[in-house]
Amino acid sequence: MESLLFYIFAAAALAGAIVVVSNKNPVAGALALVLTLFSTAVLFILLLAHFVAVIQVLVYAGAIMVLFLFTVMFLNLREESLGFDAQNIPFKLGALFLVLIICAFLAGIGFKKGLSSVQAVAVEENFGTVQGVGEILFKDYLLPFELTSVLIVVAILGVVVIAKRGSD
Amino acid sequence: MGVTIEHYLVLSALLFVTGAYGVIIRKNLIVVLMSLELMLNSANLAFVAFSRALGDMTGHVFMIMALTLAAVEVAIGLALVVAIYSHRETLNIDVMKMLKG
Repeated sequence: MESLLFYIFAAAALAGAIVVVSNKNPVAGALALVLTLFSTAVLFILLLAHFVAVIQVLVYAGAIMVLFLFTVMFLNLREESLGFDAQNIPFKLGALFLVLIICAFLAGIGFKKGLSSVQAVAVEENFGTVQGVGEILFKDYLLPFELTSVLIVVAILGVVVIAKRGSD
Repeated sequence: MGVTIEHYLVLSALLFVTGAYGVIIRKNLIVVLMSLELMLNSANLAFVAFSRALGDMTGHVFMIMALTLAAVEVAIGLALVVAIYSHRETLNIDVMKMLKG
């Protein structure tokens, strides 16, 4: 059952990713990205990361995708402004070759370390719950967590400055 | 034969290189940003998979940090997209040579 779910949602995530990369229309790409992010959230649940899965849906599939779609529709892109993607076949093949090498390298890391299978590791009772993650987040990683809020404030100020300068 | 950590890592690697391929070949600035999101998302998947394999929730904390970073990056990136589009009337990244020496 678990492996069936894994293969279904892994295939969905990959299909969404390929549509994002290959589709000409940014709106279709954004909706395919929603598919990928939702499938990843399901994979998080399979990995017993329940809190992280909920955060993934709320923040990624909710907030970030709304921002993308809002921008795409706000700019009101015309058809001729979408069709400028590279038609250079050798360039595309070279890029494909490069990323396949990176893929083989990254996948090789996983096999080389000789990690035990996922099911083999017993986890404690509150693994992946709000309580478990919250205890680590607010005890061991309190300073990075607070620094994140500083980062967000800086980002808000930066966005306001950039948007204001662009408008006049 | 169940699903092992290697399955998740291979999926993560595939998603990462799909995003990297998009960043390399696409010329539309918004699609490049979405491909970057794919790459960050695949890194999050690797974090959570390792977290499960090791029985340690630190990976979840790092995933939340990376998620916040992704949200910030998208906010600033899309503000730049709007500013550039109102200035240049295009999203083609080949046209954007403002920093060229």
